[in-house]
Amino acid sequence: MSAGVELDGVTVRFGNFTAVNNANLNIKGGEFFSFLGPSGCGKTTILRTVSGFLDPSAGHVRIGGQDMAGIGPNKRPTALIFQNLALFPLMSVADNITYGLRVRGLSRADRDKRATELLELIALPGQGQKLVSELSGGQKQRVAIARALAVEPQVLLLDEPLSALDLKLRQHMRNELRAIQQRVGITFIYITHDQGEALTMSDRIAVMSDGVIEQVADGKSVYDSPETAFVASFVGENNPFPGKVASASGDSAIIETPFGKLRGLNPKKLKAGDNAILFVRPESLKLGKGPDGSTFATPVLNAAFEGNMTHVFMKGAGKKNITVTVGRHGGTAIPASGENGTVHYDPALGLVLPEGKMARE
Amino acid sequence: MSSRALAFLVPAIVILAFWLMSRWEARQGHDPTHKSFFERNGTVLGIAFVGLVAFWTLFLVTLPYLYMVVESFHPRLPPAKRGGPEDIATIAQYTSFFVNPTDGAWNTTHMYAFVYTIVVSAAVTFINLCICYPLAYYMAQSGTTQKVRLLMLGLIVPYWVNEILRAFSIRLLLASKGLINQGLMGIGITDAPIDFLGNNTGMWVGLSYANLLIMIFPLYNAIESLDKNQIEAARDLGAPWWKIHRDVVIPYAKPGIASGCTMVFMLAAGSLAAPLFLGGPRTLWFTSIVYDFFFQAFNWPRGSAYAFILLAACIAFVMFMLRLFKVKLGEAIR
Amino acid sequence: MTSGTVMKGMLGFYIFLFFLYLFGPLMVMGVTAFNTPSYPQAVPFESFTLDWFVKLWNHRAMMEGLVNSIIIGLGVVVLSVPIGLAASIIMNQIYHRARSLFYLVTISPLLTPGVIIGISTVIFWKDAFGLTEFTKDTFYKGIILSILGQSSFVAAYCLLIIMARLTRFDRAQEEAALDLGATYPQVFWHILLPFLKPALFSAGVIAFLSSFENYNTTTFAILADKTLVTVLAGEVRQGTTPALSALAVIIIGLSLAGAVIYEVLKRREEAAASAMKERARLAERGELELA
Repeated sequence: MSAGVELDGVTVRFGNFTAVNNANLNIKGGEFFSFLGPSGCGKTTILRTVSGFLDPSAGHVRIGGQDMAGIGPNKRPTALIFQNLALFPLMSVADNITYGLRVRGLSRADRDKRATELLELIALPGQGQKLVSELSGGQKQRVAIARALAVEPQVLLLDEPLSALDLKLRQHMRNELRAIQQRVGITFIYITHDQGEALTMSDRIAVMSDGVIEQVADGKSVYDSPETAFVASFVGENNPFPGKVASASGDSAIIETPFGKLRGLNPKKLKAGDNAILFVRPESLKLGKGPDGSTFATPVLNAAFEGNMTHVFMKGAGKKNITVTVGRHGGTAIPASGENGTVHYDPALGLVLPEGKMARE
Repeated sequence: MSSRALAFLVPAIVILAFWLMSRWEARQGHDPTHKSFFERNGTVLGIAFVGLVAFWTLFLVTLPYLYMVVESFHPRLPPAKRGGPEDIATIAQYTSFFVNPTDGAWNTTHMYAFVYTIVVSAAVTFINLCICYPLAYYMAQSGTTQKVRLLMLGLIVPYWVNEILRAFSIRLLLASKGLINQGLMGIGITDAPIDFLGNNTGMWVGLSYANLLIMIFPLYNAIESLDKNQIEAARDLGAPWWKIHRDVVIPYAKPGIASGCTMVFMLAAGSLAAPLFLGGPRTLWFTSIVYDFFFQAFNWPRGSAYAFILLAACIAFVMFMLRLFKVKLGEAIR
Repeated sequence: MTSGTVMKGMLGFYIFLFFLYLFGPLMVMGVTAFNTPSYPQAVPFESFTLDWFVKLWNHRAMMEGLVNSIIIGLGVVVLSVPIGLAASIIMNQIYHRARSLFYLVTISPLLTPGVIIGISTVIFWKDAFGLTEFTKDTFYKGIILSILGQSSFVAAYCLLIIMARLTRFDRAQEEAALDLGATYPQVFWHILLPFLKPALFSAGVIAFLSSFENYNTTTFAILADKTLVTVLAGEVRQGTTPALSALAVIIIGLSLAGAVIYEVLKRREEAAASAMKERARLAERGELELA
């Protein structure tokens, strides 16, 4: 069985510091939902609030429609996988997995039976008597998942569980996690600062910054239609062109930037005179001249050849360079360093967003 | 008895202060992680923990001290007159330390014994620091793991031989018929045995010997955590070895030095065995005087007063050491 | 000869002197236990004997004292280790500002001369147990007072030992158990206590040994009773007999045996740990090849 999780105006304060500010969210049952954001953005605080280790200073957490106020972590239908896994080092693998059943009063025989099943599920059959310290990183990971699943939670919470793993193994575990979620069909809430993890695994993603949920959407929308300057700059590479809206008509706007007037979509319906930032992704920029209003020129600094593509770095308005990604068969010659390069883009791929906080590089 | 009520009142006030402090801190703002003590431990365990600690801090630590202090303000009376009209608060027991109550003259014997005890204890502390520092430094910084483990074992094993037997072993060595006098006479340095016990050499050696390990472990622990690279760096800069110790090692090991010195001083000043078994017959050791008030003169109030004077001296020494080395109590003792 | 070798030689000589100072008196005493003269002497060694051990065995007061010492030691362990455990847990959870005061109170017995602890214990409990005739007859006894008096500072040792391990406890373990549905008391019994077991064990050993060899506090608190150490003190006061050396030999022998056993156990544990690490390394490699 899976249950949805609802955050209703959740605010968590530590003294004077507000870790989570008025979070409103509805996570559907059976969804693979990720919280994505830089460290310190409050995503772990949300997770700990859902699991019951923190009481919200204001607002409500509901799981399966039931208000969780006053219900301790040991009484909630959630299970948490800790960042350091927090396996019990003095217990065998089987005892770790069935600990939740032990405290529920199941008999030894029942527990042993369940342990055997779960060890099959995580592909560690017959290894129940080992100690945790005998296992590899990936095996520990799977034991932690089995331990959490053993108590048949309705919601599984995962706190950056892959961060301790080797890069190669991490890719592998992503697929495995997604497969497990589909097999057991319960709600997964996943915390990460790694956008690759969030984009590949999740049904929906909440992007967070400084305690505020900036945007909730599926991975494609977060990437293609970010709603705030933070999301645009945090998810994927992006080139910001700050300026002032010169004119707006229909669903597009023209913005006055240091590189002249540039056009882009205007989903936020900004009006002339508003401070704004135009975002154009590196893969949307093309070398060479295009129509007026989506062409500009700036000196080339250097180029980085990466095999299937080449990143061309050009002088930006501020400190940040403009990156243009040229495909293997882009056709246009890359100007030498120091020369002026002309760049254009499809105005439908430019995005004018209100001025706001940007992700730190 | 009002003095008894007083003794119970003081801890009650302290507990109240604790409670108020926690209330005040709790009100300083909502802490979402905070769980009350009983929430975090369960009612039964919580009560067991608080009960055990309350029993310890109240009945084994605070109240006995307070009772001793209260006792020291009583006059010396036979048990039948305790609580009677003659039982009034008095500082006679403290003045008797300065002025002899029988003849009104200065009580030079006891004051001398007190000063002597403090001076000898401080000197023994310093001697032990000098003896132990090089070994502690060697073990912490240049010994191999295997060697250090062996040395450690060699240090711990004799420590489990109790104080009395260790004093006894020193006495066997230093007695007039002991090995050292035999040796000295054998090679003709002296004709008659030297009275090491009578001239208090035995006592000094015994005090130092009994507390060697008390000094070495805090020193070792402190120096061990010093990064070896710091010493290497100082050596690369051409600092001579004594400068390295003065400027790098000793400042770093301050908490350990303070801790070792405090403990050795306290144990030396409170020592009964070494002065009793290794001192000369005329040696006046302050702790022995306290002991005698209880077991020979049966004068508990005066014994309590003297014990309190000793305790005050120890506390003063501790404060002095902490101030001298600029360390906090929590750093010195862990 | 370089200054380095001179330094090394001096250091070696110093370490030799240090351990001569530490072990010399004990070794001399040890030799006297096996020598026939009734005045304990090492030189000249007249002839080998084990008589002094027999004399020790037949020394009634000393054997009674030994029994009392063991009873007191066990009593101190039973009282101090739980107190130390409870105090360390409270220390860990107490409010910040209250912690330093709590620390001062709990640590103060370590900064107090043993005689003072003994005196104050007797004065307080004489009064407290003297409230009724019954408590006076049942509890105002040397053994009980010694347990109480010694526990006062032994519990502080236990607190420090247990605290040192408790600070290394990973709070996530506690949270993981809670999250799996354990109650707080279950966390204590299933997770925290097993984690603290080694520290509790060493606290117990230290508690027993400190109690067993204590003199300053016990000499007051024991009242008219006796422990091994107070009997010893009486014997040493009266004179000297090689039977005392024999006792020292036994104690040294026991502590050496204890030390050796400890070392063997520790090595075995380390070997097991490194074997486990090796297996984890192999598993890791196997996994990377699969991934």
